[in-house]
Amino acid sequence: MNDILNQISLCIEKGKVNQNSNFPVDMKGLKGAVELTQDALLMGISAYKVLNIGFLTGMQIVGEKFKEGKIFLPEVLISAKAMSSSMELLKPYFKSGEINYRGKVVMGTVAGDLHDIGKNIVKMVLEGGGWEVIDLGVNVTAEKFIDAIKLNSVKTVGLSALLTTTMQNMNDISAKIKAEINDVTVIVGGAPVTKAFANSINADEYFPDPQGMLDYLNKKLLTNNL
Amino acid sequence: MHKISELLETGKVLVSDGAWGTYLFKKGLLSGTCPEEWNLTHYDDVLEIAKSYINAGSDIISTNSFGANVFKLSQYNLSEKLSDICRSSVEISRRAAGKDKFVMASLGPTGKFLIMGDVTSDELYDSFRQQAIAFETSGADAVCIETFYALDEAEQAIKAVKENTSLAVFCTFTFDKTKEGFNTLTGITPQQMTESLILCGADVVGANCGSGFEDMIEIVNMIRLVSSRIPILIQANAGLPTIENGNLIYSETPEKIKEIIPKIIDTGVNIIGGCCGTTPDHIKVIAEIVNRYNQKIK
Repeated sequence: MNDILNQISLCIEKGKVNQNSNFPVDMKGLKGAVELTQDALLMGISAYKVLNIGFLTGMQIVGEKFKEGKIFLPEVLISAKAMSSSMELLKPYFKSGEINYRGKVVMGTVAGDLHDIGKNIVKMVLEGGGWEVIDLGVNVTAEKFIDAIKLNSVKTVGLSALLTTTMQNMNDISAKIKAEINDVTVIVGGAPVTKAFANSINADEYFPDPQGMLDYLNKKLLTNNL
Repeated sequence: MHKISELLETGKVLVSDGAWGTYLFKKGLLSGTCPEEWNLTHYDDVLEIAKSYINAGSDIISTNSFGANVFKLSQYNLSEKLSDICRSSVEISRRAAGKDKFVMASLGPTGKFLIMGDVTSDELYDSFRQQAIAFETSGADAVCIETFYALDEAEQAIKAVKENTSLAVFCTFTFDKTKEGFNTLTGITPQQMTESLILCGADVVGANCGSGFEDMIEIVNMIRLVSSRIPILIQANAGLPTIENGNLIYSETPEKIKEIIPKIIDTGVNIIGGCCGTTPDHIKVIAEIVNRYNQKIK
């Protein structure tokens, strides 16, 4: 059983989405993450094991390598694609309650900004780690963030921006969220964002990579602060 | 040979311009709207930006066309106006530049990744081709393929310009600073970029955005390791911004860069300008220092 779960993990690590995928070259023609996930479920392996051994292990390796600068965005993107395509097959198990998410976070790209690659990668890494992400998309106003946080009763919100010009909106949005809602953690990220910038706008946390945020969320869960 | 290349061969250093995006916001561009549309709706404002850089001392100014590709314009339902927007962007800058100064048309990345399969090389090529032809029609001297980060996309852009126009091709990438050095978000180093772009036939290579002027010195040294001859264009940010009292402050002010610009000239850069956060005041400082240098080498 572990063999097929290891294979799923490897496909995610290498970015092998499905049998038709041309990438990576050395896995051409082989079954991909999607087919193997299907096979595992048909074999009677629990959705829980597929998620926590198959997906999580693979995405963990990707997250760590990216953090260490060993792989770059395109590799993370394709790995995340392999994972999220396979994750579709697990949706019914989440719905039925057979598997549960670890927790929920709200994410969005701030008002005025239409870039979403960074946000999407973080979303996929978090989902691979078993977290539910309420994705508000791009160009999201403070009001929209606040509504989503209240509606979903989440304690953590992630703001993303790619432009130095829209980074400034993080200041207003963060302030408005904190003014309206008690006890919410505001996390910021994006190419032009730095720790210094995050401190200057009173954001709670900043992470330069998705694994950082995932590790943080998991740690907080352990201390039961979520 | 292109006029700009001829000028560079004499050893002269040229001055390009500063930021357009941040300037447009200062002029009232609303967050979330299409900056390139302003060529059609706010002609005079865009012309003012272009003129302010000519007046500050730019030899080469760019155009308000950075995001004017099919993919980005589609997000605003403006892809049908691509040619109009691109032609207008060059017209405006040409009007400010006159016959004496140069116009390099700005061409930015599409935001799509070929590896993800949501766009084909042909689709990228086609969008870039449309832009390039529109730029040439309105009298640009060069195309500045800037803020790129992926070699495969850059290759399509360079090919599209070279195969459809006779414009000079400038290509600059944006690099992030890491523990190991500098790389783009696809993992390309300045050396790898230089090798690849020279093979593709770029006339000028370099870096823009991503780093302030200080960090550019190291990037240029890496480019020069690969080629001592290829002309280099640097357009640096005014550092990375922080917020002070609710305002976006860029650390590399015109005063601060006075010491850095001579060092940049010494590394062998041929064209110097600015990106995010830089203003006509930055260009004035750069122009002063460059003019002094050019006088000395006469």
